[in-house]
Amino acid sequence: MAGQNAELKPQQRSMQTSLGKVRGLGSARKGVSHWWMQRLTAMGMIPLVIYMVIALVTVIGDDYTTAVAWLQSPLNATAMLLLLGTGFYHASLGLQVIIEDYVSNEGRRLMAMVVVKLAMTGLAALSMFSVLSIALA
Amino acid sequence: MAQQRPLSPHLMIYKPQLTSMMSITHRATGAALALGSLLVVWWIVALATGAEYYSFVQSIIASWFGQLVLFGFTVAVFYHLSNGIRHLFWDFGHNLTIEGVHRTGYMVLASTVILTALTWALVFFG
Repeated sequence: MAGQNAELKPQQRSMQTSLGKVRGLGSARKGVSHWWMQRLTAMGMIPLVIYMVIALVTVIGDDYTTAVAWLQSPLNATAMLLLLGTGFYHASLGLQVIIEDYVSNEGRRLMAMVVVKLAMTGLAALSMFSVLSIALA
Repeated sequence: MAQQRPLSPHLMIYKPQLTSMMSITHRATGAALALGSLLVVWWIVALATGAEYYSFVQSIIASWFGQLVLFGFTVAVFYHLSNGIRHLFWDFGHNLTIEGVHRTGYMVLASTVILTALTWALVFFG
């Protein structure tokens, strides 16, 4: 360890232990990207959520034909696709932080993380494909 | 035997405060919205499936239970939206004082109530 670090310049020497390195602990250098994407998707969703709430309130009681026609309009379909895409990404980032905070067991944390990431990806795919199948029908 | 060091007070020792309660509510509504997104997906899939299945889903949405869930969904949406904007202002360095977090906290609560009331007024009288 010491011999390894001695060959490096002072700013390149690591405080991390060999065991920590092997187990992949410590910074994954993804923190800033996670933080930034959570804010970026949040900002993007402000107008989308307001638009969709107003739109859904007016369309949700309507019959099938009206609802389909509503989702077939390019503006509504695009807004819905953007909301679903950014929404499920935002949710996946947020749920990740909740798991990291509360699930301390490494195995369970990994399992919860896999379940959440796959579920959010699956729901995004299912809902976005459904929107496209209506809009392009 | 580990050395007996002073521990920080447990969460339950603290008196509930506006700031801490609103912080955990932001997280709770976020998780609730992730779960509630299943309803939105269900509605869209029903629309893509066909008229018969869509009217079945519509009848559940129109039931008192469906309306209650939708009401909770709108409260969670508007709380998380309003408090999320409060968070974005903090990220830009605004309102990071005790006075600021309390003032904006009450603004978020008021905005949640007003936006929820407006939405349901639109549902029933729109």
